[in-house]
Amino acid sequence: MSQPDLIIHDEKDNVGVVVIETTKKGQECKAWIMENDKTVEVSSINEVPLGHKIALQDLKEGDTILKYGHDIGKVVKSIKKGEHVHVHNVKTKKW
Amino acid sequence: MEIPKSFLGYKRENGRAGTRNHVIILPVDDISNACAEAVSNNIKGTIALPHSYGRLQFGADLELHFRTMIGTGKNPNVAAVIVIGIEPKWTKRIVDEIAKTGKPVEGFHIERTGDIGTIMKASKKAQEFSQWASEKQREECPLSDLWISVKCGESDTTSGLASNPTVGNLMEKLEPFGVHLCFGETSELTGAEKVCAARGATPEAKDKFMKTWNAYNDFILKEATDDLSESQPTAGNIAGGLTTIEEKAFGNFQKIGNLKFIDVLEPAEEPKKGKGLYFMDTSSAAAECVTLQAAGGFNIHLFPTGQGNIIGNPIEPVVKLTANPLTAKLMKEHVDCDVSKILSREMNLSQAGDELIKTMLRVANGRLTCAEALGHKEFVMTKLYRSA
Repeated sequence: MSQPDLIIHDEKDNVGVVVIETTKKGQECKAWIMENDKTVEVSSINEVPLGHKIALQDLKEGDTILKYGHDIGKVVKSIKKGEHVHVHNVKTKKW
Repeated sequence: MEIPKSFLGYKRENGRAGTRNHVIILPVDDISNACAEAVSNNIKGTIALPHSYGRLQFGADLELHFRTMIGTGKNPNVAAVIVIGIEPKWTKRIVDEIAKTGKPVEGFHIERTGDIGTIMKASKKAQEFSQWASEKQREECPLSDLWISVKCGESDTTSGLASNPTVGNLMEKLEPFGVHLCFGETSELTGAEKVCAARGATPEAKDKFMKTWNAYNDFILKEATDDLSESQPTAGNIAGGLTTIEEKAFGNFQKIGNLKFIDVLEPAEEPKKGKGLYFMDTSSAAAECVTLQAAGGFNIHLFPTGQGNIIGNPIEPVVKLTANPLTAKLMKEHVDCDVSKILSREMNLSQAGDELIKTMLRVANGRLTCAEALGHKEFVMTKLYRSA
């Protein structure tokens, strides 16, 4: 298959990782799920650089971010599907 | 790919094999650095390992200091050792333990002689060792003579997606050959600690891991002023897209593939349960971690990086790999193995694992790593608490 724009580790994940240099606003991104080799599409709301995450669904404050099929933190500011997910809207549950 | 069954290494007196043939000048303490560096400057083919500690330490901290010094001298990548300390007693303790390997080792103390007299005496012995070691030849050694340590650094999301799983793939392929393997980074398993503990091969290993992690976490909760922002994850991690310590931990954890660990080691402790994967209690600071693993006896290191960590070690070659295409392009001189094609799906994980095996074996056979060619020789002692 052609180069994906995003890679998702696990079917359960609600975020994907940008694997191209940057996404453009409104870009329809092809996201490849490593676990089951399926492809889904998501429209990128922001310009998101390589390595950063994009939400695959709407998320509200208090929701859990899943990556690798595991809990990697909590949403502290609501996130729309296709939005950049990072330290401005997600925090650790540890400290 | 058919995996080669052997590599070319230096056979040592105690049955181990080295991927390198260093003659080291080891200062026992900070104030002996000048002397050690003068000797290595005098005698070609030797390397001094200056560091910052070794005075007025006590208890577990002092024991760790000795374990690191002794383990470094015993490492099979080291052919012979000159030990230089201010006082005779601690110098002798290190010499006597290194001597048990059967390799040439001699100690010198500076008190009542001074730097210049000590430099002269130690230089004469160092010349003898250097010329002796220069005649050592590489011989065919079984793959099981490789003791492989791993640690990642300046990680980003490409580490968890691709470069760390590449290391995991290598581990899965080489474990059946009877290699020793070691991962560490107690702090960077935070968030994945229960998942990691479940990978203990025995109830004892699981229990020992949780005790080790809990001790670390208690310390963090006691000392942390706010959160660990700017440390875990680092600014570099965040720039690379890692948001939380949990995300970093699950990425980190990909390095061990589907393996189980058979035991938990103290920092710088030598494994004693035979072949297989070990967890060592270490800091996640790159130079500290690799120094401890080298002191545990590991003779080649794999270091996946995302944003581009540049670390090297004076005695254990550090093989760097990255899956971040920007790092592979912008910091090419630091990258031994480029696996960035995983992200564009032009390479799968198994192909990347094979590439890493090939690169690692070339380094084991003598090819200089990027870090060696660039002169990186970070030797950094771990200190547990303040001195008396």
